[in-house]
Amino acid sequence: MGPLVPQGIISPEWDFIIALVIGIGFGFVLEGAGFSSSRNLVGLFYGYDFVVLRVFLTGGATAAVGILLMDYFGWIDIGQLYVQPTYWGAAIVGGLIMGLGFVTGGFCPGTSFAAASIGKMDALMFVVGTFLGAFLFGETYPLIQNFVNSGNEGGIKIYDSLGMSRGSFTFLLIIVSVGLFYFVPVIEKKVRKPEY
Amino acid sequence: MEQGVIRKTDPKKYLNPYLMGVLLGFVLIAAFYFSGRGPGASGAPKRVTAGVVAVVAPQHADHSAYFSKYVHSENGPWKSWLNFEVLGVIIGGFISGALAGRLKIKVEHSPKITSRKRLFWALIGGILFEYGASMARGCTSGAALSGIAVWATGGYVTMLAIFGGAYLFAYFFRKLWI
Repeated sequence: MGPLVPQGIISPEWDFIIALVIGIGFGFVLEGAGFSSSRNLVGLFYGYDFVVLRVFLTGGATAAVGILLMDYFGWIDIGQLYVQPTYWGAAIVGGLIMGLGFVTGGFCPGTSFAAASIGKMDALMFVVGTFLGAFLFGETYPLIQNFVNSGNEGGIKIYDSLGMSRGSFTFLLIIVSVGLFYFVPVIEKKVRKPEY
Repeated sequence: MEQGVIRKTDPKKYLNPYLMGVLLGFVLIAAFYFSGRGPGASGAPKRVTAGVVAVVAPQHADHSAYFSKYVHSENGPWKSWLNFEVLGVIIGGFISGALAGRLKIKVEHSPKITSRKRLFWALIGGILFEYGASMARGCTSGAALSGIAVWATGGYVTMLAIFGGAYLFAYFFRKLWI
C-alpha cells in the first residue's frame, strides 16, 4: 500500500530518482501544454486564453479523484500523504504577492524552469529573480516571521473547512471545473489573442 | 490534423489541454503514491539559495533564522527531493520542446514593449513570486496544485489568492501583454 517510500516499501535512496522522474513528467506536461510561453499563461488574466485553467483544473481534479479511488481500493493511505499546513494570513498575503509576480513576470516558478529549458531568456530572468526573491525573504524574515508563523491550523482539509464530505466536495470540484470549461470559450471568443 | 500528436513542422502546435491535464493528474498521483508528497517548484530556489549563502557566508547562514533551517536540515540544502524534481522539470521541458521543434533562444515579448523591459519585469516577477511563495509555503505547484490533490485548505486558499491577486493587478500591467 502507498505511499511507498514513507512506508519503507521502497528504500529512501530511490526517492531522489523518483523525484527526478516525476519532475521529467511534470516538465514535459508543462512545456507540452504551452506553459513555456508567458503569452499563453497570462492569457488567463486578460481573457484571451484559458489553457492554464483547463490544464490546472483537469490535473487537480484527476489527481483528487485518483487518490480517492486508490484510497477506496486500499492502494494508498491518504493519512500518510503530506498535506501542507494552513496559515490563513500568510497564505493569502503570500498568494497576493505571487499574483503580482504572475502579471509582472508572466511565469510561476515551475513554468519558468520549463520555459528556460527551451531557451526563453525572459524565463531565465524570472528564474534569476526567484533566487533573489528567496534571498530577500531570508534577509527580511526576522521582520515578518511573527506574521508568517501566526495562525497555524495544521493540515486541515477543505471539505472539513466547508462542512462537506470528501466525496461531495470532490464531486463539486468536478462540476465547477466542467462548468468553467463550457463557460470560458464565451470569453475567449470576445477577446482577441495578441499575436507575437 | 489529428489531436495530441507533436508535429515537428508546426512548432506552434501545443498538445490538447485536457489530455495534458489528465497526464498532469497522473504525475501528481505518482508523486503521492511513491513519495507521499506532491511536486513543487519554489522550494528548489529556496534551498539552493540557502546552500549558496552557507558557502559564501557560512556564519551569516548560521545566524539566519530562515536559511539555517534548510542548511541544517537532515540532508542539507542540496540533497533535497525538490531539487531533484526541479532538475527533472528542466529535462522534461527540454525533451518536450525538442520533440516539438520549439528549442530557440529568444526573449518573448509583446511588440509594444522592448526586450529590455520584458526582461526587467520578468526579474521583478521572479523576485515577487518567490517571496510570496516563501511566505505562503508553496507556489502554484507545491501549494496550489499539490494542495488540490489532497484537499489541503491552505492549497485552495493559496490558489485563490494567487489567481485572485493576478486578476486584481492585471489591469495595471496590461501594457506588458496586450
